[in-house]
Amino acid sequence: MWSKSLLWPAVILLFLALPFVIDSNYYLSILIVIGLYTIIVQGLGILMGYAGQVSFGHAGFFGLGGYTVAILTTRFDWSPVFALIAAVILPGLIAAIIGRPTLKLRELYLALGTMGFGILIHTLFNEGRELTGGPSGISGIPYLSIGGLSFDSDIKFFYLVWAVVLLVLIGINNLIRSRVGRALRAISESEHAAETAGIDTGKLKLKAFIFSALLAGLAGGLYAFYITFISPSPFGFHTSVQFVLMAVVGGLGTFLGPLLGAALVVLLGELLRWVIPLVIPGAGGEYEIIFFGLILVFLMIFRPKGLGAFGKNLKPPAVKPSVAPE
Amino acid sequence: MNKSIRKISLALLLILVLTAVVLMSGCASEKQDSTGSRDQGKEPYKIGAVLETSGNSSSLGVPERDTLLMLVENLNQNGGIDGHPVELTILDNKSDETEAVMAVKKLIDMEVLAVLGCASSGPSMAMINTVQNEKVPMVSMAAASSIVEPVNERQWVFKTAQSDIVTVKNIIAYLQGQGLTKVAFLYMNNAYGDGGKVAFTAAAKESGIEVVTEEKFEASDNDMTPQLTKVKASGAQAAIVWAIPPSASIITKNFRDLGLSIPLIHSHGVGNQKFIELAQGTADGVILPIGKLAVVSQIPDSDPQKEVLESYIADYQAKYNTPPNSFGGYASDAFNLVVNAIEKAGPDRIAIRDELEKNTSGFIGVSGVFNISPQDHNGLDVDSMVLVQIEGDQWKLID
Repeated sequence: MWSKSLLWPAVILLFLALPFVIDSNYYLSILIVIGLYTIIVQGLGILMGYAGQVSFGHAGFFGLGGYTVAILTTRFDWSPVFALIAAVILPGLIAAIIGRPTLKLRELYLALGTMGFGILIHTLFNEGRELTGGPSGISGIPYLSIGGLSFDSDIKFFYLVWAVVLLVLIGINNLIRSRVGRALRAISESEHAAETAGIDTGKLKLKAFIFSALLAGLAGGLYAFYITFISPSPFGFHTSVQFVLMAVVGGLGTFLGPLLGAALVVLLGELLRWVIPLVIPGAGGEYEIIFFGLILVFLMIFRPKGLGAFGKNLKPPAVKPSVAPE
Repeated sequence: MNKSIRKISLALLLILVLTAVVLMSGCASEKQDSTGSRDQGKEPYKIGAVLETSGNSSSLGVPERDTLLMLVENLNQNGGIDGHPVELTILDNKSDETEAVMAVKKLIDMEVLAVLGCASSGPSMAMINTVQNEKVPMVSMAAASSIVEPVNERQWVFKTAQSDIVTVKNIIAYLQGQGLTKVAFLYMNNAYGDGGKVAFTAAAKESGIEVVTEEKFEASDNDMTPQLTKVKASGAQAAIVWAIPPSASIITKNFRDLGLSIPLIHSHGVGNQKFIELAQGTADGVILPIGKLAVVSQIPDSDPQKEVLESYIADYQAKYNTPPNSFGGYASDAFNLVVNAIEKAGPDRIAIRDELEKNTSGFIGVSGVFNISPQDHNGLDVDSMVLVQIEGDQWKLID
């Protein structure tokens, strides 16, 4: 019994000790990027896996967070912390406004609706020249500093991002075991049945949508502080699809799915970047896409519920074992 | 059933772990993929490059990669730098800014002396913070002037492609020479068109040239007749277009179809054969500033660049059986500037940076004669470009 309760803290401690072992900004940057994507995919996982709603527009929220930080710090001289808070709140507000009409749509129509939103935001970044710098973007974003501690190196940023990931994981672990979590799961099983059971499905779906937008905005804000330069190109439709891919590959409705999905997609991309030139000299990213596709197809054939289904054996730390689902 | 699932899970977990392990040992095997680690007894000098060899900007990155591979091979065959072979590692950034940052961190981990790249402006901008922090010299091949300005925040960053202002100055000089004072400005709605617009509007104001109408179009537009109709009504004496093919070719066709007879001036973005092909015979009469590479046979022998240009074209043609373009030229200059600096200053990042900044004057490259100074990390002037007119689908130098 004690070994199980110690497993999670041990894993976390080992992970946090990683920077002392690897001592390489490149590997740290990979882990940072995985962390950033994990934050977004966690939110998307709640929306897709529990509330059963798909979104092809989350790169829009990701970008909104990034641009909020970039604009507030460079144009209006806000302090980085307040800019980051704004980067979380603004996407949430926008999600609240567009959520009600959008979430009335179902399935394909919802996918198209959210996709339209993502494209709209991307266009705004390109067109709002006075504010967003247009296609050339905004440079000179300061580092994030909290009370004199400036996150100006990869190692500091690694701890920042993964502390946030950990908080998000703990929060979500509590959420899915709460009444709201069970209600959300009921929606994804059958919306009608959930309604009959007295669950306000519209309100809950909206809450899940807002929650996922908040997380995407948070990740976007952190991204802007990490790269210190921002332009519209990382926030296009392609990125939205990638987020959905990470969520699905990781496994919808599983605890570790988002983390595994983000890690697999990023690691695979980095691995193929230099393995493929060894196999096929002179080959570029176009070959990577083929291998990437193949691996994902096999994964989906043999593991249709995603990587996170491992999590069935590797249960999340129980908060209140008595109310554990199933 | 349950057993087979568990087996597959185990296999997949194994793959994931292996991926991580192989990635961690990446540095060791990486060396095989770099060219030119010939056994000459002396320790190799490492140079890295981050290029757009796939994705949206691969038309820029691929000729640059080919040029770099050719140059490093030639250099190592001729004994490298003081007998030290050069080990060049080229990483693909997939035309993506986040990937570019990770790639440059990887190169810095490998302890390269300098970084070349990127081919386009966005990824170059994204890498700046990393090289500034790590104090690694970087030579970009992209156009945007914000890559090297403000210089006090870009001490480690240089670039070899002409900034928009060089092209703009050439066009303004032409307009003034012809006595044209009212112009229409049309541009494509992306970073390239935007940069041109900003530079041209500022320079036009200074030289007393009035922009009577300003129109934009999308890179994917198939018909620019509405924009050109406004130009016709505006009383402009010349039209200036800032775009790349295919939209640059389409607007040229529309321009002729509308029967506009004012001079049509394009930017250096159409300085490739593709523009002429796609314009389907309507490109004749178009005026544009272009690097000397495209018209090397027409420039006088007295031009200091002539020899460098001819030898670059001959080498490239011999290896790849196709003439090089200006993007390859930017890569060639970036490589030669760095190699030259290492040769003079030795294998030290700070010394290389100082050498590039302080002692690069009159350096004859493919893109022009570089005079880099602490105030100007590009170092190219108006004379790095010439004005040409298209006649019979060929570029003809305007005297």
